[in-house]
Amino acid sequence: MIRLEKRKEPSKFWRIANPFLAVILTMIAGGIMFAALGKDPVAAIRLIFFDPIFSETFASYSRPQLLIKSAPLILIAVGLAVGFKANIWNIGAEGQYIIGALFGAGVALAFFPQPGWYIFPLMILAGAFGGFLWAMIPAILKTRFNTNEILVSLLLVYVAERLLAAMALGLMRNPDQPGFPGSRDLRRYEAAHNAELFANTGIHWGVVAALIAVIFAYVMMTRHMLGFHVQLAGQAPRAARFGGVSPTRLVVICLGISGALAGLAGLFEVSGPGGQVRIEFASGYGFTAIIVAFLGRLNPIGILLAGLLLGLTYIGGELSQMMLQIPGAAIQVFQGMLLFFLLALDFQTNYRIRLTQGARA
Amino acid sequence: MRQPLLRLEGLTKAYPGVLANDDISFEIGEGQVHALLGENGAGKSTLVKMIYGLVKPDNGQMTLHGQPFAPSQPSEARQKGVAMVFQHFSLFDALDVAENVALGMENPPPLRDLAKRIRDVSEEYGLPLDPGRLVGDLSAGERQRVEIVRCLLQDPKLLIMDEPTSVLTPQEVEILFRTLRQLSREGTAILYISHKLEEIRALCDEATILRGGKKVATCDPREKTARELAELMVGQVLTPPERPAKDTGTVVLSVENLSLKSNHPFGTSLKDISFQLHAGEVMGIAGVAGNGQDELLLMLSGELVSPRDRVQLKGQPIGHLGPNARRKLGLVAAPEERLGHAAAPDMSLTSNALLSAVGRKRLARSGFIDWPTTEAFAREIIERFDVRTPGPHVLARALSGGNLQKFVIGREIELNPDVIIVNQPTWGVDASAAAFIRQALLDLADKGAGVLVISQDLDELLEVADSFAALNEGRLTKVRPAKGLTVEEIGLMMGGAHDMHPAHEAAE
Repeated sequence: MIRLEKRKEPSKFWRIANPFLAVILTMIAGGIMFAALGKDPVAAIRLIFFDPIFSETFASYSRPQLLIKSAPLILIAVGLAVGFKANIWNIGAEGQYIIGALFGAGVALAFFPQPGWYIFPLMILAGAFGGFLWAMIPAILKTRFNTNEILVSLLLVYVAERLLAAMALGLMRNPDQPGFPGSRDLRRYEAAHNAELFANTGIHWGVVAALIAVIFAYVMMTRHMLGFHVQLAGQAPRAARFGGVSPTRLVVICLGISGALAGLAGLFEVSGPGGQVRIEFASGYGFTAIIVAFLGRLNPIGILLAGLLLGLTYIGGELSQMMLQIPGAAIQVFQGMLLFFLLALDFQTNYRIRLTQGARA
Repeated sequence: MRQPLLRLEGLTKAYPGVLANDDISFEIGEGQVHALLGENGAGKSTLVKMIYGLVKPDNGQMTLHGQPFAPSQPSEARQKGVAMVFQHFSLFDALDVAENVALGMENPPPLRDLAKRIRDVSEEYGLPLDPGRLVGDLSAGERQRVEIVRCLLQDPKLLIMDEPTSVLTPQEVEILFRTLRQLSREGTAILYISHKLEEIRALCDEATILRGGKKVATCDPREKTARELAELMVGQVLTPPERPAKDTGTVVLSVENLSLKSNHPFGTSLKDISFQLHAGEVMGIAGVAGNGQDELLLMLSGELVSPRDRVQLKGQPIGHLGPNARRKLGLVAAPEERLGHAAAPDMSLTSNALLSAVGRKRLARSGFIDWPTTEAFAREIIERFDVRTPGPHVLARALSGGNLQKFVIGREIELNPDVIIVNQPTWGVDASAAAFIRQALLDLADKGAGVLVISQDLDELLEVADSFAALNEGRLTKVRPAKGLTVEEIGLMMGGAHDMHPAHEAAE
């Protein structure tokens, strides 16, 4: 009979080892899936994890892409992790990402075609505000009516997607090209363009913002009372109340931070790599960031590394779609497996599995 | 003499560190209403859990109808005719009465037949129930009827009832008693667990009194006065120690006519609480668990806020303030539950030192935590209060109960408060640590702080308290000087018999 025994202290070894083990297990299970799809599993895994960085053919394109894909993941995941630590589950970062992009693009399109140094900073503020606002909906519903923020934030993603489509086809459509859905290309509007800061590195303002967010989150979680209260509320809600933490305030802060960061990510994407408000603008960063947050152990430094890894699977996924015709959905399953294995493995961080002889408790 | 239905012989059950039941023997006759009386922690629940098959005795045996009876699980006990109504109900709000009853049965008949039987049985016993109503719409008393009817459908020989009147209004209690008497007349024995003395005297044929896991007496409660029962329950060994009379200082904490609804569905709301705590005074608040102790602590610590002026600290209204604001003004608290309330289990002792000390000890500057100073503070607590642990980096949950309690109490005392509220300061703590904690509280009072000790341990209260009150169903008795208070008086205050003084004196 299998018996589970709670460890006296969580195992430090497994906390660190599990993410690596999860990656290896994902490669194995993913390989089996690719083989079942009739693709060469070794080639597919190589294409996803190694070729984007090391292959001569692809690296010149892929390496800068790595930062472009990772930055929004990291930016969003850092915010989500703060909430997750407090047991506040914002699953709707994708929606906040979209609304942030719409707010930011809205500012840009309102000023078009004026020049002005202040336009881009205004867009950044608008983007963060948009994400914040969208996250306040689940926050207020939760604090006022005790609704479940998981459901509300998730469902608002679909509302945001509708809004995005409506904007792309309506209010924000490019008046110069009425035949095409989508807004003006912000990359062609100097004052609003989130351009590469160094040529061929992929580094744009979003990458800088992601790094700043990592540092800020790290300092907040380890050195500041707010970070302490967040952890306290997540681990022992009654002790948090004893410590004077207001649950309502914490819900608003956590959802607010994660919403604003997701909104920022959306703004940097729409004004840079994405370029315009299009129906298919949202690419699942908000959901993948959940995996990044957990894979990074909800720790800002860990999230930085996990963001790079998941960014890699995005690029590798595109490559494998292109080279091996592996369906896009299979890549998403592959990413999902990573979270699945990690959560399953995490069990042994807190529990020890013991085999015992039939004795009943 | 009715023939015995259930006989317990030498039942013993030990848990790590506690002998919950020590060699308990008594008999329950057919149709007898038998009371099981005792303070919290006396071993009542362990005993009935053994009878109901939830816990296996280490030693001793039971016989039912003269046959050996050793149920390994509740279904076996039910099959042999033992049914139990728990204090907290296990019902689904979203299902109707009949469906709930069906869920608790081994082989439920079709719902339509069941509904008819529920109607018949409930009317027969004067507990009218509509089988089609949703449980979520029922009152606490009606929910209890569902549980009782569920038991009655199994045609039990022995019905165990765990503190059944704690959720009932006086009128509902009357109805319940009528039902129980009817059952008893028809031959069903009832094991009735309670600490309400007058209730037991009104209802029961025989009472077994437990104290500290041992049987103290089996007697006819109707032949004893409530005083005598209280004495048996609390124990005669207690003698209030002489404490030197102290000059009472100024009032440091006062609460005036405060009623407060509990934030917990099974909680006890506070009703019209008033008291004054003076500088240098140790006030003891006794009471059986679940009579509002938790709520009283939350109300005073600031985790539950109340109208502004109802709670005053050194003359300043603090009712509306949260825990940190109150700490700043000099009021600290140590809740009963160490892990999860007074301390975060998965955090280090250093972090736990920060938890309540951050404000008074200035451990953070504009929100940034001064970890070295915090760690030094944690070390100080560990040393001064003799907390046995490798160091402040250890997680709170890795400490033994007694050590963590020393840490928690030490943390609050180190904050140098004007008023300290502690709930069950020595619960589960070994004797030497308990003495140490009590001494620390007395020292604090000597330095001029007001100390409020909420405890179920009367020995403890009599040892430390200058003044004394008891909580009963959310009401606080008048505060009386501890000096000269007899054990019987304390027992009566705790049992709520203070309301029944006239009737009681007439019975004497």
